[in-house]
Amino acid sequence: MSDTNSYDAIVIGGGHNGLTNAAYLAKAGKKVLVLEQRHLVGGAAITEELRPGFQFTTFSYALSLLRPEIIQELDLVRYGFMPLLMRSHFAPMENGDYFLLGPDTGLNRQEIARHSKADVDGMERFEHDTARVRQFIRPLFDSIPPNLFSDDPADADKMAWLLKHLGTGNKKVIHDTVRLLTGSIADFCDDYLESDIIKATICSAACVGIKLGPMSPGSGMNWLYLSMGEHDGIGGSWSFHKGGNGGFTQVLARAATAYGAEIRLDSHVDHLITEKGEVKGVALRDGTEFRAPVVVSSLDPRRTFLEIADPRELPADLVETIQRFRFQGVASKVNFALDGLPEYPALSGRADQYLGFINVAPTVEYMERAYDAAKYGWYSEHPYIDACIQSLVDPDMAPPGKHVMSCFVMYTPYELKGSTWQAERENMADRVQATLQGFFPNFNDLVLQREVVSPDIIEAKTGLSEGNIYAGEFFPHQMYFFRPAPGYSDYRTPIRGYYQCGSGTHPGGCVIGAPGRLASQQVLKDLGRAKA
Amino acid sequence: MIRTTPFHPRLAELSQTQMWGNWSGYLSAVRYDLSSKHEYFGVRNAAGFFDTSPLYKYWIRGRDAELLCSFAFARDVRTLKLGRAQYTIWCDDDGFIMEDGVLFRFASDEFLLTAAEPNMGYLKQLSRLYDVEIVDASEDYASLAIQGPRSRDILEVLTPDISSLRYFGFTETKIANTPVTISRTGFSGDLGYEVIIPVADALPVLDAILQAGHPHGLRPYGDEALGMTRIEAGLPLIGVEFNSSRYAWTPDDRFTPDELGLGWLLKGIEDDSRPFIGRDAILRERADGSSRWRTVGITVAWSDFYELFDSRGHLAVPDEIPVAWESMLYNANGKRIGYATSFMYSPILQCHIGIARVKPKYAEPGTDIYLEQTVNHEYINVRATVTTLPFYNPERKTA
Repeated sequence: MSDTNSYDAIVIGGGHNGLTNAAYLAKAGKKVLVLEQRHLVGGAAITEELRPGFQFTTFSYALSLLRPEIIQELDLVRYGFMPLLMRSHFAPMENGDYFLLGPDTGLNRQEIARHSKADVDGMERFEHDTARVRQFIRPLFDSIPPNLFSDDPADADKMAWLLKHLGTGNKKVIHDTVRLLTGSIADFCDDYLESDIIKATICSAACVGIKLGPMSPGSGMNWLYLSMGEHDGIGGSWSFHKGGNGGFTQVLARAATAYGAEIRLDSHVDHLITEKGEVKGVALRDGTEFRAPVVVSSLDPRRTFLEIADPRELPADLVETIQRFRFQGVASKVNFALDGLPEYPALSGRADQYLGFINVAPTVEYMERAYDAAKYGWYSEHPYIDACIQSLVDPDMAPPGKHVMSCFVMYTPYELKGSTWQAERENMADRVQATLQGFFPNFNDLVLQREVVSPDIIEAKTGLSEGNIYAGEFFPHQMYFFRPAPGYSDYRTPIRGYYQCGSGTHPGGCVIGAPGRLASQQVLKDLGRAKA
Repeated sequence: MIRTTPFHPRLAELSQTQMWGNWSGYLSAVRYDLSSKHEYFGVRNAAGFFDTSPLYKYWIRGRDAELLCSFAFARDVRTLKLGRAQYTIWCDDDGFIMEDGVLFRFASDEFLLTAAEPNMGYLKQLSRLYDVEIVDASEDYASLAIQGPRSRDILEVLTPDISSLRYFGFTETKIANTPVTISRTGFSGDLGYEVIIPVADALPVLDAILQAGHPHGLRPYGDEALGMTRIEAGLPLIGVEFNSSRYAWTPDDRFTPDELGLGWLLKGIEDDSRPFIGRDAILRERADGSSRWRTVGITVAWSDFYELFDSRGHLAVPDEIPVAWESMLYNANGKRIGYATSFMYSPILQCHIGIARVKPKYAEPGTDIYLEQTVNHEYINVRATVTTLPFYNPERKTA
């Protein structure tokens, strides 16, 4: 074993959390190696040129939750960080009308009034109340959850801090928080709004990536989670990163490399090397071994505990918890190369409605019925589609005059009853395209190429179990103290020196970076303690 | 009745807001989009165009044209080659800056000056002792700035002549069969060009540019986005960073080139004998070290700004629109040491930036100073760090 194969820390997986973690550890002076199984870094945040000049965001396609602390602490602007803010939110309706929000508050009032006069202030109250909830829970979002089951005095201090913080909330904010965390987004909307298209627009954000419909309790929590992001201090705002989300992970890779981390591609980790309950390194599938006293897995909990680690070295209750941890991916992507812009008859000749999310979710019931199919093992007859035409905001995404359109599709359950995705993939994409054609009459004529990414492909290419885009379902029993398992929410594992930093840890999911950052804090703290 | 520029009919069609300001008696867009931030991103990420037609434009022609320019303007014009332009300033006898502008050399004896403020009377008065002719061509030409990474791609479609144009070079060419002058200049700190067009043909040229620009995301931008880009570029603006010394009421309202961060324009004045207005005073200031100010950049760290609001129960929502007032600066002991003349949140740089005037001992990059902000109805100082200018300087600007 040569010294060149020895590191202070090895990070398994070059997705955005792995890269973030590696960048922090390298910045702290550690000799860090990132091992990525594919030929490119980025994990589920990649951009691929599938057709000359057309840049596809294969999986993840927009940015919001990325913690501003990471942008600043890793000085990402220096390495090319450039979020291009979305300008609009467009929801076509089945009757040919639409709901279109833009960057001007006054004009948004007019647009809301077109659908319901009562919803003008209803929406403003909704936004203020939910912003207060965000402000209240933000400190929990950006810190390592206390380990409820530990006897470490540091955890007792953190619990005391948590209880004290919860005591600072006023009763309305706390009640609103609980309503969102436990209830359905549809019920929450009903308390403020009456227009169905406005409610549907809000509810659609609650249905991204989870196996719940807008009327299911728990969908409120997903809505709250997805609204926790910000750009330039504007809560809940979204952007397209320059060059797609792959452009963003390239920024992270440049930063990590600049801080001294080494990134090794085409390096599929097979298993951990351990001795007496301590990690010693990892072995690749090709037999190559790398040594380090710290190994951080950015993979999901199933791979972290049941595949890379030997479950026989782990406590039985942890293994059992991870075995029953829910993944059950339900999202797909259908990405298009287009010869021009889709035409929406009611906004003929206009394109400014396409400068953000295009939400094909015309009613709350439409989404709930789309979800119903998934409950019974099939994909939606009329899917909910979250589309965006990134090339309109970032001209580098497609040749002049041409466009790429990313379509996030719900619901497409990982396990189909009585069939396979191999058999159904194109049929599902046909439904997506037919749905789009129904709203945009020139759509079929524009399609130059179509890429279909069903949950099995998400799993095969990114390693996300069952294609769950969050590396584990957002259920209350799989969040905060319990993500991924009670007693292991602090990024440590029972194997000394083996840590987790993937989206399956708090506050994981989406392109957020927080698990990578918080895990690096835990690693560095433990290394400091060991030295002392 | 306020006037409109030759581009106005098309600009009015493109404007979603119809929000216009008044620039020297012409309607000038505040913003076209509902949010100027998106115009700003248009410039930084694709291309934007700004109507600069209200600029004053003067021909300076004749045997003594160079002599007059070398006397009137503080920057040495004798080294300015044909087909090149230079940013310049003019000072008063006490070495204080009156105004700034861009000087184009069309021939050995022919220059064009563009400036934000009227100067016909002043130039005419100066010209009495020279064999020159001053012509106010302000109403003869419309002008358009096309700025951003795609600006070259767009203009190349219309006139391949500009492909090889160097930074601050210009060429006389044609767009839509109209003779135009295109210079590689601008106020955005980015790759960019300015097009000077005879008034009568302004609209067809704009239409040709719009057509060529459409697939590249070309969009109009207004005064707010202009302000954001020029602060990132560290470029001083008359009426904001300084006012003409000739209209100043107190010494506090006059600034020398060194005080305004424009000393670099005066390269070599110690070593030659070129007479120009303000020379003796500027040399004296340099010899005595009597500059009262230095112009620097300041940045406020995101975490400090966030804490400023979060600790008081407020959401920290930074504003990219440059603030319209000066913000006071203090040292660690609370003593006044200067003021920020421009201040904004930069979405590209992800932090607050400002152009500031500080006492010379605080001008060292890295120095911590404190910026006064109003938070929760109180004046609160937030830590700021002195930096060099510009804040944003992509390679493509000059490459």
